Amino acid sequence: MLSVRRRAVNAVMLSLTGVCTLLAVGTLLFILGYLFVHGGTSLTMNFFTKLPTPVGELGGGMANALLGSAKLLLLATCIGVPIGFLGGVYLAEFGGSSFSFVVRYTTDLLNGVPSIVIGIFAYTLIVLPQGHFSTLSGGLALGVMMIPIAIRSSEDFLRAVPVSLREGAMALGASKAKTIFTVVIPAAKAGLITGIMLNVARVAGETAPLIFTAFGNRYWSTGWEQPTASLPVMIYTYAISPYADWKQQAWSAGFVLLMLVLTINIFARMILSKRGHAAR
Amino acid sequence: MTRRIFIVNAGLATAFTMGAACAQQVLINAAGATFPYPMYSKWFDEYHKKAGAQINYSSIGSGGGIAQVTAGTVDFGASDGPMTDEQIKAFQDKQGSAILHFPTVMGADVPVYNIPGVTAALNFTPEALAGIFLGKITKWDDPELTKANPGVKLPSSNIVVVHRSDGSGTTYIWVDYLCKVSKEWQTKVGRGTSVKWPVGLGGKGNEGVSGSVQQTANSIGYVELIYALQNKMTYGKVKNAAGEFVQASLAGVTAAAATASMPDDFRVSITNAPGKGVYPISSFTWLLIPSKIADPAKKKAITGFLTWMMTDGQKMTAALSYAPLPQAVVAKEMKEIAKIQ
Amino acid sequence: MNTRPSGPVSALWQRLRSGDDIAYVITLTSALTILALTALLVFELYKNSAVPRHQFGWSFLVTSTWDPVAGQFGALPFIYGTVVTSTLALFMAIPLGLGAAIFLAELAPSRISNALTFLIELLAAVPSVIFGLLGIFVLVPALIALEPAIRSVLGWTPLFSGPFYGVSMFSAGVVLTVMIIPFIISISREVILAVPAEQRDGALALGATKWETTWDVVIPFARQGIMGSIFLALARSLGETMAVTVVIGNDPAIHASLFAPGYSIAAVIANEFAEATGDLYLGSLIELGLVLFGLTIVINGLARVLVLSTTKKGAS
Repeated sequence: MLSVRRRAVNAVMLSLTGVCTLLAVGTLLFILGYLFVHGGTSLTMNFFTKLPTPVGELGGGMANALLGSAKLLLLATCIGVPIGFLGGVYLAEFGGSSFSFVVRYTTDLLNGVPSIVIGIFAYTLIVLPQGHFSTLSGGLALGVMMIPIAIRSSEDFLRAVPVSLREGAMALGASKAKTIFTVVIPAAKAGLITGIMLNVARVAGETAPLIFTAFGNRYWSTGWEQPTASLPVMIYTYAISPYADWKQQAWSAGFVLLMLVLTINIFARMILSKRGHAAR
Repeated sequence: MTRRIFIVNAGLATAFTMGAACAQQVLINAAGATFPYPMYSKWFDEYHKKAGAQINYSSIGSGGGIAQVTAGTVDFGASDGPMTDEQIKAFQDKQGSAILHFPTVMGADVPVYNIPGVTAALNFTPEALAGIFLGKITKWDDPELTKANPGVKLPSSNIVVVHRSDGSGTTYIWVDYLCKVSKEWQTKVGRGTSVKWPVGLGGKGNEGVSGSVQQTANSIGYVELIYALQNKMTYGKVKNAAGEFVQASLAGVTAAAATASMPDDFRVSITNAPGKGVYPISSFTWLLIPSKIADPAKKKAITGFLTWMMTDGQKMTAALSYAPLPQAVVAKEMKEIAKIQ
Repeated sequence: MNTRPSGPVSALWQRLRSGDDIAYVITLTSALTILALTALLVFELYKNSAVPRHQFGWSFLVTSTWDPVAGQFGALPFIYGTVVTSTLALFMAIPLGLGAAIFLAELAPSRISNALTFLIELLAAVPSVIFGLLGIFVLVPALIALEPAIRSVLGWTPLFSGPFYGVSMFSAGVVLTVMIIPFIISISREVILAVPAEQRDGALALGATKWETTWDVVIPFARQGIMGSIFLALARSLGETMAVTVVIGNDPAIHASLFAPGYSIAAVIANEFAEATGDLYLGSLIELGLVLFGLTIVINGLARVLVLSTTKKGAS
């Protein structure tokens, strides 16, 4: 029935896909393991509760950087996700073809801008007129970085919802807006969450845009107008120093950053997993 | 969906109130050179314990320090190389006052290398270093190297040069020295925190250079003395202006400063300084303080810090492998503090 | 059924209540915000690069010299390095990523698929600075060890000739591959999962093997989403800064071999911006940002032409 050749191709190609997966997962496990061994094993409570100390003084931590990163990511998500998501809704549901083409193209361009250029952009736009570095400018820089991925992934996942679902809703008399918000978006939920998580994950580790906006802070930062420490900038500063103690802390911070993003991922999926995967 | 929005809003509200509730202390922002950052972080921390002022320093690079203090986004800057006349004028035009240089500590660049089979500290003449980095001397058994190292068997392999790819004060010190000892370097390449290197690979930061050197056989690069000491790297001796081969040490660096005549504005280069026991690739690093500070609380904190730094602060330098300032320089600087209005 | 009150005001109110127009306006505003932001960014780049643009003009794009001391700046080596490393990264990431996405969407049982995808998405969370550190401590020594093997297979091409010091365009390509693969895998997997069961069932009913169904029916159906993920990956690789600068060798020169060091636009900006002083130097770095923008426009345009010319009607 089925030719030997076709069966062979089938077997070979499918096994190859397994190999690809193995490579990808293996790389991640290696990185996790490496970070754990070099950073996780020497992690103490001090890391989470104490402020940074100068070289040679043990017992320092990155408590202010943890809070700083949290504040920055919060602000970035509040800016980037709504604009990106709603833009994605426009492209998937309303867009006419030439305007949508322009928007998609521009989004890809914005996505390709190096993070340091976005940082310089936020610097000239906010830091210079204000005359000082601030958490606000850092959050805005990260938010701008989140927008392109948010649009692209939102549009992709909304489009992947079958036309039949939309038509069904409209046949029942729902307006376009109602269809979108009560049928299409919930159906695409899993994908949309994926997009947001990928986005937050990517932006959580960005260093270059923060150097010229949020700047850095050895002390607690209050409010939104002061410079703030952040995990990626601390990692960068400590990793390039000559001191073994600081380098150790850099690895620990990298491990903690990864674990934090993991936690956010798990938490978000738990909240929304109850409603299940609707597309299949 | 609504749940998410709610959680997000709750988080924002908490962050806002947390922010507003904390007390305000004098917060001074500063930025600049990466080389003295460990020392400055220790100093600012100690001074904070003593006087309460919070001085928040970020190492974005010497050029960054100059740019930010000129733009007024930080209260003072720091740089491994003194500001040029144009930069000083730019500051004057933008901020309406002069800018003062305060040397704080000293450091040095050392040549590091990786030659299989060679564990000794090699001797490098100025001609050798210039020739290697110009790409003129291409093999380890070149006469310029072998005649300075009679007891060492140098292989006839190609030399792989490693330099800094990122702009840095460390590079500035190295090329400043090469400019002084080699006319060809001066005309062909010149000095700056970033230059057009005739040959070699670029490593990012001290660890990029040292990493490349460690992984590449027959390579040579330059790193800060502190870096070499802290990471227990082998580094070579350099011939100074008095003809001695000196291995870099804190004493040799301080000696370089002692012989230099310090101008009133403290902008001086001490590479290739004359005198015995001097390590020739040494340099000061400076704080750049505006001569007019409007906020009286900040002014008090900054002048207080400077005074403390030159007395108690200098005693802490050796523990972190930085060379302290010579007494003569300290005395002169104390007088300059009075110039801050 | 619904007795509609008459009159233009009531008609308007009816329309508003249905929410369509409000939704349209709000989402349109968001889309316009993106255009406005990008335009502002380009404007800022253009404005702040005025000095070198007037001085060098178009020759900036074809000059190979980068000399901060002499004040001579040219973009060519950086354009070359950016294009080469990104192309290499896509070349390696697309087959690997698509392969893994197919496995996870079509073959793996859903619990395992979810768990593995979760792990792969974590790759996107690794900070680029950590990739940089891993680059120096892990990747470069590993590549130095692997080099003889690679050279024995591919050494006859000019692409893999010359001495190898660990830091090279090839190393940068490998790091970029690892960094962009989670985007391709994760998004492609989701769009493949969203392909309706009827499509698969139809092909299988006609006697196709699993592979044939996947490759000839499912993938083309999910084409647009997969392309979207590739564009995302491409964009990330063009702009990646920290990780690239650590392993690329930072040599502003053009070499044919992938084993040679190179330099990318994002890397040079990151390396030199903090230290650069003077309008010409700073402006030239900013002009490089503008050049990258132009490069992205061209590459995206070419990619879209490629997609359009080979597209079959299959996407939703």
